Amino acid sequence: MKRLYSVLVENRSGVLMKVAGLFSRRMFNIDSLAVGETDDPNVSCITIVSSGEKNTLEQIEKQLNKKIDVIKIKTFNEEESVSRELILVKVKYNKSTRREIMEICEILGASIVDMSKNLLTIQLCDTPERTKLLIQMLASISIVEVARTGVLALQKCSLSD
Amino acid sequence: MLGADAMARCLKEENVGVVFGYPGVAICPFFNSMLSVDIERVLVRTEQNAAHMASGYARISGKVGVCVATSGPGATNLITGIATAYADSIPIVCITGQVDSGQLGSDVFQEADITGAVESFVKYSYLVKNVEDIPRIFREAFHIASTGRRGPVLIDVPIDIQNAVISRFVYPAEVNLRTYKPTVKGHTEQIKKVIKAITGSKRPIICVGGGVHLSDATYEVRNFAHKYGIPVVSTLMGLSVMPTNDPLYFGMVGNNGKPYANKAMNESDLIIMIGARVADRAISQPDLIMDNTVLVHIDVDPAEIGKNVGPHIPLVGDIKAIFEEINKYDAECNCADWVETLNGYKADAPQRKKPRAEYVDPAVFITMLSEKLNDDAIYVADVGQNQMWSCGYHIVKNGRFLTSGGMGTMGYSIPAAIGARAAEPQRQIVAVCGDGSFQMSMMELATMQQHGLPVKIIIFHNGYLGLVREYQYHVYKGHYSVVDLSGSPDFGKLSEAYGIPFYKLKNMEGASKVLDDFLSCKDPALMEVMIDPMDVVK
Repeated sequence: MKRLYSVLVENRSGVLMKVAGLFSRRMFNIDSLAVGETDDPNVSCITIVSSGEKNTLEQIEKQLNKKIDVIKIKTFNEEESVSRELILVKVKYNKSTRREIMEICEILGASIVDMSKNLLTIQLCDTPERTKLLIQMLASISIVEVARTGVLALQKCSLSD
Repeated sequence: MLGADAMARCLKEENVGVVFGYPGVAICPFFNSMLSVDIERVLVRTEQNAAHMASGYARISGKVGVCVATSGPGATNLITGIATAYADSIPIVCITGQVDSGQLGSDVFQEADITGAVESFVKYSYLVKNVEDIPRIFREAFHIASTGRRGPVLIDVPIDIQNAVISRFVYPAEVNLRTYKPTVKGHTEQIKKVIKAITGSKRPIICVGGGVHLSDATYEVRNFAHKYGIPVVSTLMGLSVMPTNDPLYFGMVGNNGKPYANKAMNESDLIIMIGARVADRAISQPDLIMDNTVLVHIDVDPAEIGKNVGPHIPLVGDIKAIFEEINKYDAECNCADWVETLNGYKADAPQRKKPRAEYVDPAVFITMLSEKLNDDAIYVADVGQNQMWSCGYHIVKNGRFLTSGGMGTMGYSIPAAIGARAAEPQRQIVAVCGDGSFQMSMMELATMQQHGLPVKIIIFHNGYLGLVREYQYHVYKGHYSVVDLSGSPDFGKLSEAYGIPFYKLKNMEGASKVLDDFLSCKDPALMEVMIDPMDVVK
């Protein structure tokens, strides 16, 4: 079972270490982790995607709540969230593969943001499934390196909001 | 006023009576400022024991214990003591000196990232970066350590911050932490559910843990048990919540506990866990309990509830506050038959096998010792066979039983007893340890002599790390590896070297008289008790 944790923390040095340390010490999984300032410069938001049994997922929330630097935790399932990930993929190309790469980009809505004689860098900002799909499609062509931000997520707006 | 003066002043504001510590250059400004406040300073012989002394002090005084060390090795030596306090939720504040803040991160002499190193053993930690923050940080640290689920807090203060001038010292009257508001009052609906569960129960049992002591709720919990006549069992940390001879008390649970206590847990239809973690040593298979039993779990830490076992009725809050409330309600509970059944189990409990007569029988000895102790005596058990025998045979009257439960840290008893002495100089205090655990903290004999903190110490001498030897006997067919303590000193000569009166008991002959002499002589005194090297806990 996957779960997303949107954790608002005091923007102090060492907080990321405390939160990440909690996960390693208690053997909780981190599938992805992203961190950044919020609109309030004193508050950072750490977005963590974790997976595990129901009990473990509950413990994660309770243990995070005990951390004195943690202000608020929102947790939600994938379906309840709008989640996005930014991914950069550098691929090697030649005459015979260039066309195919461009087609994949076009279909998935990815853009080419850098290129040289032999290399292309492709950027995609989309749902985790779509970024994963991009990697799968490019894998057969020859990926040189990949960088990704980890998932960022907010709870979906409901009609009553 | 310097940062260091402000630190000393903060301790005064917190009403600290004593600090246990060890100096070094990086904490010297603080110790210099301590000369001008009236707070006792105890020089330990190794930093780990400063944390244990703070722990013993905290557990007996009900206040926050304070220990101090310098940067680098001083700070890292504290870690075992901090982890021990964390495992048992003991409120201590640890102050460490740190290298100049401009040099942090450059691996200068005696630099250690102590806030990073203790992260998983503290409730919170601070690295002070601005001298003006000192009053707020100290106020918060004492508040965090002593509220909610108690625990250690560390404050790391670079030497340049200690030497910097603070423009204005105002000790905050209140703590305002938006992220930390522990629950005190129990939820009324949940309390009503507990009362209803008691009314419907035929075989209720109360299991008390260390949280009852930490919340100072012994009186309220005893009243609760007696109001309904509900039998009580205890975890290791909950020992001395109930007097051993209370007719409702049925001993310690767990793999080293009383079989009838475990049987009571297994057969009950309602378990009321109070301030206990349902940890592996107490309950070997927590999921087995759940089948046909209603479980009420009362704890101050919401994360403990449901961590090891999912309760039917969770109740979060401070135990004292909760039981003051619960005791106002009335439930129908008639479990006299159940208590009778348990008394039957108790009577049928198998007797311990007698060891060879040429040695002291630890069970008989401990029972005899506890009968001779004062009503409110403090008994500090170390870790190992001595601890298990102490749990099994010490008869608590109205005193306290202290030990390192969660971490099982050898060498805890002597420094913890010294800390307890600093808290209550008038009370009778006995530390019971093995020849292994004694040698882990015997350097503190000098501390107790130097600072007038004498305690009575009993060494169970069997020449082995007994509990591990016992384990190797069972698991490795008696192939003993690194458990033989040959090379130990002559404890009589050692006592003499420290100027401590010495008593020795080779077997049970004349034991009563020797114990009388030992207990009636002026503190300190040391007693060596010869135990059969092959004697076992069970």
